[in-house]
Amino acid sequence: MNFKNLKLNLSNKNKDLIPQILTVLFLILVVIYFTINAQSNMGNRGISFGFGFLSQESSFDITFSLIDYDGSHTYARAFLVGLLNTILVSAIGIFFATILGVTIGIARLSQNYLVAKSAEWYVEIFRNIPLILQIFFWYFAALRALPLTVDSINFYDISFLNVKGWYVPKFVWTNFSIFIYSIIFAFILIYFLAKYAQNQRDKFGKQIPTLYISILLIIGLPFLTFLIGGVSLSFEIPELTQLSKTVYVYRGGVSIIPELISLALALSMYTATFIAENVRAGILGVSKGQKEAAASIGLTKGQILKLVVMPQALRIIIPPTTNQYLNLTKNSSLAAAIAYPDIVLVFAGTALMQTGRAIEIISITMLTYLSLSLSISVFMNWYNKKMAIKEK
Amino acid sequence: MIKSIKTWILVGFASLLLVACGQGGGGAGSKKSKTLDNTKKAGFVKCGVSQGLPGFSNADEAGNWTGIDVDVCRAVAAAVLGDADKVKYTPLSAKERFTALTSGEIDVLARNTTWTLSRDADIGLTFVGVNFYDGQGFMVRKASGINSVNDFRDGISACTNTGTTTELNMRDFFNSKNIKYEPIAFEKADEVVQAYDAGRCDTYTTDKSGLAAQRTKLSNPDEHKVLPETISKEPLGPVVRQGDSVWEDIVRWSLNTMIEAEEYGVNSSNASSLKDSDNPAIKRLVGAEGELGAAFGLDNDWSLRIIEQVGNYGESYKKHIADTGILPNRGPNELWTKGGILYVPPAR
Repeated sequence: MNFKNLKLNLSNKNKDLIPQILTVLFLILVVIYFTINAQSNMGNRGISFGFGFLSQESSFDITFSLIDYDGSHTYARAFLVGLLNTILVSAIGIFFATILGVTIGIARLSQNYLVAKSAEWYVEIFRNIPLILQIFFWYFAALRALPLTVDSINFYDISFLNVKGWYVPKFVWTNFSIFIYSIIFAFILIYFLAKYAQNQRDKFGKQIPTLYISILLIIGLPFLTFLIGGVSLSFEIPELTQLSKTVYVYRGGVSIIPELISLALALSMYTATFIAENVRAGILGVSKGQKEAAASIGLTKGQILKLVVMPQALRIIIPPTTNQYLNLTKNSSLAAAIAYPDIVLVFAGTALMQTGRAIEIISITMLTYLSLSLSISVFMNWYNKKMAIKEK
Repeated sequence: MIKSIKTWILVGFASLLLVACGQGGGGAGSKKSKTLDNTKKAGFVKCGVSQGLPGFSNADEAGNWTGIDVDVCRAVAAAVLGDADKVKYTPLSAKERFTALTSGEIDVLARNTTWTLSRDADIGLTFVGVNFYDGQGFMVRKASGINSVNDFRDGISACTNTGTTTELNMRDFFNSKNIKYEPIAFEKADEVVQAYDAGRCDTYTTDKSGLAAQRTKLSNPDEHKVLPETISKEPLGPVVRQGDSVWEDIVRWSLNTMIEAEEYGVNSSNASSLKDSDNPAIKRLVGAEGELGAAFGLDNDWSLRIIEQVGNYGESYKKHIADTGILPNRGPNELWTKGGILYVPPAR
């Protein structure tokens, strides 16, 4: 604590406060001015302001939806469909970007010349091409390269890939809730196991193979429900149906549309390059002495990475990676270009044009992205704090 | 902490104020035309057009706009400013068009826009007439064996543009036929064409004039055909802002003049020689009789200038739509006297 500065601040408190209040007042006046201006302009042009349209029937359909939706539902429901689709593609993108990014980042530090160079080339190529071009590339290249429905690429007669999408079997469950409970129960057990293992290690220096036991639990418990819990699973396999002379379609099963695949692919491959650089920076940021010290007390290579290097590297990696997650989520709005029905295409696109409520819809969309980004930030900040150095 | 609470209280008060202010506003339109005054002052007509639709509004390499929508803008410029070339074109996407008009960025929207009740009544716009009667159709591959919309079956995928009436008509159509379909809606027409060409969808649906124009962009135009059925009414016409009735009348009657001129056989080459015609209707059209222009603050030669500089509707259609091979047949866009439905109120 620097007491000299503190004293200075206290004596100048009032002096500091006045300009701040003035600034806030000025900002408020600016906002009021613009609002009144917009209000009177809209009034003059006979445009009303209101959110009543949200409960009207949307009367347009959407290709791909996680919840039950068709044109007889409301605009609010269409908004929800778009929001869920945005969250879906962002989540998939973040998941694969992280896996790919960490792998490439570690590969760049590999002793193997070929591996390190390939990783470097990957990063340099994919981070230097504008994302929208990559999205177009994956979408139209994929569309041109994939076969028509009738000669789909066949995976063991249960899954089919063609220009209209990737058709996979649909799971048909009985007693699905018991299965879910068993997984939740497995996670609770693993949590207590981890606590117990740490306790044992701290007190007696005993190592318990938590990883293997956890894997056993997470597979074994749900498996048990099949044997004794009355849970069963069958598959609905997509079936080729002819619609006309040359038009075929797969019915049944689940269809993953090519728009989702190419968007998720482009987003994760692009963002992975930045995450890879963060990971590389993080690992290089841990001083060599740490690794040597860990090696000198007899830890294995894997243990050094897991117990010594990664916990320290994570502190460097997490904050910039949070930025990348936020970027990925916001970049997913480019979906509109390739007809993936995200919130921008569905709500700020179709709904805006059908209703003409530009100001209302754009503000809702902006608020939505803001909340999405803030939620990711809050989560990542929590994780960052958890990983930060805890001084005792 | 206390400081931040104070800030929040202030922000809270500000929002309350904003809500309170929000209740006011709303004024009646003035009798004089602000748009006309501004246009005369600026020296050009601010006109919103498409981003490139052959036949309607399309720019060549030199940046010259042509098309039947463009001719509406040119007619207004000829009437108001005396020179059909004094137009500033703003290319707009389907999404931007209405906002551009209501915000005042443009004063006339001539962008193949369908006249519907909700657009006319709800969002501060006024449609002034119809310059092209269109209808939505479907394009399919010839080899597909689909010869009519009755051959569509559950699971068919249809590509189209977002934010157009097309998306809504498509739903109405498939629902009425009880067919489950997969709608794939793109923001730009070029991507729709590419996706359809790649086989992503079995059919491409939009206005028939649009299908005819877009078909030329496919890799093998001859392998595709437009189905005979028309599933909707798409009256396309120019739009103005609500609240300036004088300006609205100027745009409406500029369009009507072009159609009326064709009806009476007045065209760009014979207009000035018809000043001493025996037919009073023709004399009114070329400004030799009556004081029609005074009604909206223009001189009496306003309609003569439209016909001389832009031509009548038939000339415009022939030049932009028929001779370019988009739709050689005028169909419903023929005059009512020749079996079509083009019928405008008399200019008198």
